[in-house]
Amino acid sequence: MDLSWMAWTTPTAIFFVVILCLMLSMWVWELISPGGQPRRGILRFETTRGDRLFVTLLGSAFINLAWLALVGPNLWWALAVCGLFGVLVFVFV
Amino acid sequence: MKSWNNKAWFLVLPMLLLVAFSAIIPLMTVVNYSVQDSFGNNEFYWVGLEWFKEVLESERFHNALMRNLLFSAIILLIEIPLGIAIALAMPRRGWGVSVCLVLMALPLLIPWNVVGTIWQVFARVDIGLLGYTLTQLGFDYNYTQDVVDAWITLIVMDVWHWTSLVVLLCYSGLVSIPQAYYQAARIDGASRWAVFRYIQLPKMRRVLVIAVLLRFMDSFMIYTEPFVVTGGGPGNATTFLSIDLVQMAIGQFDLGPAAAMSLIYFLIILLVSWVFYTVMTQQDADSAPGRGQS
Amino acid sequence: MMNLLSTRHAARQRSYAWMVLVAYILFLMLPLYWLLMMSFKTNQEILSTFSLWPQEFTLQNYVTILSDSSWYSGYINSMMYVVMNTLISLVVALPAAYAFSRYRFLGDKHLFFWLLTNRMAPPAVFVLPFFQLYSAFGLIDTHIAVALAHCLFNVPLAVWILEGFMSSVPREIDETAYIDGYSFPRFFTKIFTPLIAPGIGVAAFFCFMFSWVELLIARTLTVTDAKPISAIMTRTVSASGLDWGVLAAAGMLTVIPGALVIYFVRNHIAKGFALGRV
Repeated sequence: MDLSWMAWTTPTAIFFVVILCLMLSMWVWELISPGGQPRRGILRFETTRGDRLFVTLLGSAFINLAWLALVGPNLWWALAVCGLFGVLVFVFV
Repeated sequence: MKSWNNKAWFLVLPMLLLVAFSAIIPLMTVVNYSVQDSFGNNEFYWVGLEWFKEVLESERFHNALMRNLLFSAIILLIEIPLGIAIALAMPRRGWGVSVCLVLMALPLLIPWNVVGTIWQVFARVDIGLLGYTLTQLGFDYNYTQDVVDAWITLIVMDVWHWTSLVVLLCYSGLVSIPQAYYQAARIDGASRWAVFRYIQLPKMRRVLVIAVLLRFMDSFMIYTEPFVVTGGGPGNATTFLSIDLVQMAIGQFDLGPAAAMSLIYFLIILLVSWVFYTVMTQQDADSAPGRGQS
Repeated sequence: MMNLLSTRHAARQRSYAWMVLVAYILFLMLPLYWLLMMSFKTNQEILSTFSLWPQEFTLQNYVTILSDSSWYSGYINSMMYVVMNTLISLVVALPAAYAFSRYRFLGDKHLFFWLLTNRMAPPAVFVLPFFQLYSAFGLIDTHIAVALAHCLFNVPLAVWILEGFMSSVPREIDETAYIDGYSFPRFFTKIFTPLIAPGIGVAAFFCFMFSWVELLIARTLTVTDAKPISAIMTRTVSASGLDWGVLAAAGMLTVIPGALVIYFVRNHIAKGFALGRV
């Protein structure tokens, strides 16, 4: 079957592999030490680990878009902000 | 309590594979297209984040997005109160219920482009009942020329098409209220407004969240009806995101910009549906344990 | 409810309520009435005179559609992919909905949310990749391609509705059946499915409905052999110099299947729209 229409590139492939690895590692983490009951963080609603990962990813997407629109095309700093954001989400939300 | 059983994954698997085939492969393709340029024949060139930057900075995208948000806001402001009012006016029993339900559900089952065709014909000044009558009454009405007229036509069409959905949802919330509540309210001498505010509205809250969610999403991705009625015109006055997107992807075959725009569009939708979903499940968690019961 | 408040005030409210209701239904029916009347007029009459009902009543528009295979095959095509889609959606959604309603498993809530996002995804985003995907499999212009593509939003919908209905069946029934020695497949087909029959009916109705009303994807994935009626309508309108009468008749014929199926599910339709969670 011809898959050339999907137009894979190395960066996008890495992008999807990273997301897949994140999900797998969440699964392994859950197996090793179950996260247990959801908790209520600063946003006043219940979240589990998976929810926090989702918030991190969605938030990162918007951080990157905002960086691109407001600052410039160099997204490495935006990624650093995302990392910080992710840590904050996992600790406080 | 539901029992914890990871073997349930096997029951979900066929569904997962089927939806993943329809959802994930296309989504991956969109991501791939969004960072490349194409000159046809499946030849692609890496351009990095150029398209995202272009879309984020383009007037065209901003305007279409603003139009979409404005349209959704107007739709929600009209359809939700109107739907509640009509649901309150509906009879609770007797032959009238079936008649109302069937007649009201009718617009929901008409193919979307036929809805467009119906209104396109209905609103025409030469052969349509609405357009002809308005012109005879002395209004300067022409939805193909005038921006305001085009918007009004689309909004009235959407109200015609979808208000019944809100009505049906609210109605199902209302009929689930036990008669005892009303009797208690009557004994207390509660006013009509108090009955609505403290008995009917809380009972409808759950379905109203669903109604707002569905109406926001569907109006935010509206394509077929405005495409048939106005074709995005006059000018670009009714070119919503979906119309712009299809024009870009299929009309001009600009795969890269279209894909970048798709992803931004999709991220907005993802954010909004996540907020709604969280509100919805949070209500469930706050009011009663377990899902699906009320 | 309001007839319980047996004061004169309430009686006056009641009559206002009727007026609101009648006005709304009139508003719903007027455009449909206009379409119906147009379908009985000749094209000449539509363009030359303005009248509320046909001066020369004619069925010619319907004859044109029902005798020309390039017209009526559109209805057959639409029906075929709609039925296929409904069957596929139900078959995969039934076990999944059972899993969601009875068990907790790793990632269940996220899976459920992911389904929601597929219902919310704008078809415009998926149109082009769909075309490429189905081209790669050589499925363009087949009924199954449209049926599979519509699964994107119909399977999540069916899962939700069925989950809602299944959750209202007490869990003790499952446990009793397993103790009585029923295997899972036998329990599911012999005992459980009959219990949620109304839910299956409603889910089927909604799959039918959303597959029937969708145009963008159906139009993109078909060329001639599987072209749905709604797409044939748009094409013929632009080609044949706007034969309004035939167009109206074709539109009217697409309204009829919907009107027929609504009647059967009228009492459950709201529950279905609330995704089984009223």
